[in-house]
Amino acid sequence: MLAIDVHQLRKQFKVQKNREGLKGALLDLFKREHTEVTAVKDISFQIPQGEICGYIGENGAGKSTTIKMLTGILVPTSGRLLVNGYVPYKEREQFVRGIGVVFGQRSQLWWDIGVIESFRLLRKVYRVDEADFKRRLDELVETLQLGDLLNRPVRKLSLGQRMRCELVAALLHQPSILFLDEPTIGLDIVVKTEIREFLKKLNREHGTTILLTTHDLQDIEALCSRVIMLDDGRIIYDGGLEELKERWGKGREVQFQFTDPIPLAAVSALTSGLDVRWTKENEVTAKVWIPRELNVSDVLSRVVGSSAEISDIKIFETNTDEIVREIYRTGSPEAKEAVRG
Amino acid sequence: MASAYLDFIRIRFLMMLAYRVNYYSGIVIYAINIGAYYFMWKAIYGSAETLGGFTVAQMTTYIAVSWMARAFYFNNLDREISNEIRDGSVAVQMTRPISYLMVKMMQGFGEGLFRLLLFMAPGMIVAILIFPVSLPTDPLRWAMFFVMIWFSFLINSQLNILTGLFAFFVENNEGLMRLKRVLIDLLSGVILPMTFFPGWARAILDWLPFQAITYLPGSVFTGRLSGGDAWNALLVQFVWFAALIVPIWLMWRAARKRLFVQGG
Repeated sequence: MLAIDVHQLRKQFKVQKNREGLKGALLDLFKREHTEVTAVKDISFQIPQGEICGYIGENGAGKSTTIKMLTGILVPTSGRLLVNGYVPYKEREQFVRGIGVVFGQRSQLWWDIGVIESFRLLRKVYRVDEADFKRRLDELVETLQLGDLLNRPVRKLSLGQRMRCELVAALLHQPSILFLDEPTIGLDIVVKTEIREFLKKLNREHGTTILLTTHDLQDIEALCSRVIMLDDGRIIYDGGLEELKERWGKGREVQFQFTDPIPLAAVSALTSGLDVRWTKENEVTAKVWIPRELNVSDVLSRVVGSSAEISDIKIFETNTDEIVREIYRTGSPEAKEAVRG
Repeated sequence: MASAYLDFIRIRFLMMLAYRVNYYSGIVIYAINIGAYYFMWKAIYGSAETLGGFTVAQMTTYIAVSWMARAFYFNNLDREISNEIRDGSVAVQMTRPISYLMVKMMQGFGEGLFRLLLFMAPGMIVAILIFPVSLPTDPLRWAMFFVMIWFSFLINSQLNILTGLFAFFVENNEGLMRLKRVLIDLLSGVILPMTFFPGWARAILDWLPFQAITYLPGSVFTGRLSGGDAWNALLVQFVWFAALIVPIWLMWRAARKRLFVQGG
């Protein structure tokens, strides 16, 4: 069964236009002009149950707008969407019982009261059975190590502590889908890792479907089997992370450090006939770029087998950051063919 | 579900208690207000026996009781709602299986209960000791009064919700909120009982919801309206309560459609 089924989803906003100058301001007073902004442009995708899917894109690409439509906050302008078998904005109160939502930048806990009070209130809001609640809370408190925080008011928690509490709050009612909007924003590396581990465990043990937006691609690398990439309201990539690297990864680079200075022409000669590109870093160091189609070992064997003495070899894989930056920069043209379905 | 709503009342009550300085200064403010209006009216009456159909004693009681009612029905729901709309936190609340506006109502009720029990009850005792306030002895009239200030709370909160929801449609509804606040204080009868307005103004005010907030319950409590008139006043309140549900519902529906969460 599909957890999320989105078809030709579109969202338009009306944005007020402010005219310039005193005259413009006076005109605005009586007749406002609006411009239509399309934040999400007819996107379609399906997410099966139990998948962890990353939803990435630049600021303003339409990620949060999509999440807000999927969680029933925003009403779409057109298109079909079905989450957990519900149309989110129509049967909102029924629908939200089955989902959990964490917005990294907004708290869903009550600021002035103890964390545990917030949890108890949420128990009543979601009508969770007392025994279930206790069991669930104990489990979450233990895995996220919240024990001594429970009685503190939210405003006295650090960001990392708060975010862990937010996760508990979103999971108390055992939702089958969890939406995370930048869950690791502003957190230090230790907490980030903890949260990633926790999400993996959640997915493994409870089969929770997770959709997360993030700017931190390490979140994606650590968690997601699938990535949906958005640019200017359109999906420009939907598929596996490995595929993404393969398609856009521009190959690998190998850096050789020689014991004696060696001219660029000499090293180029070693690999003549192969489609590689040499660059010189300094007197004794040279880098070779190898396209994906070529085997690294072919190049290595030629260089190592030569008379030049080598003191060190490093292999660089293009990392996801670079790939994504490259895709953002070049935009969609070559990406269009990659769109699945 | 109902127990969740009750919890919202309880938590707001506890939160109000948590800010103690606010609490103490609140009592002082209410006592000063009642005192100031008492002395002002005494000066206005001078040697006159009655003004606008009120004797001095009735006026004193009216002032005390209208402030008591105000303590209960007053809340800042308009500001809370408009802030939550503007900073986008209304979005988080929409992901809960609970009605946003009902939660707001309950929080307002928690606040009202807090003020009534902890500001107004002590404030009234002080006022009774200092000023010649005469309270009714008829238990029915007390009961009627509490039912009526319950409706005062509902109507006032409805007006607040309407004002607050305007934040969905305009970029800044600060001016509107101030306007509403002045209108309610002036036209509901806290500052001036309805009978002091000129005839033409009264005719208009009879068709507005404001008098149902302070003037009607105050009049029933002081005995200026009794018997059939009192029941009539309650009916007017009920009609306003029912009538105000419609624009709120329409506005909420329109707001959901064009809800634009800031910082999207």
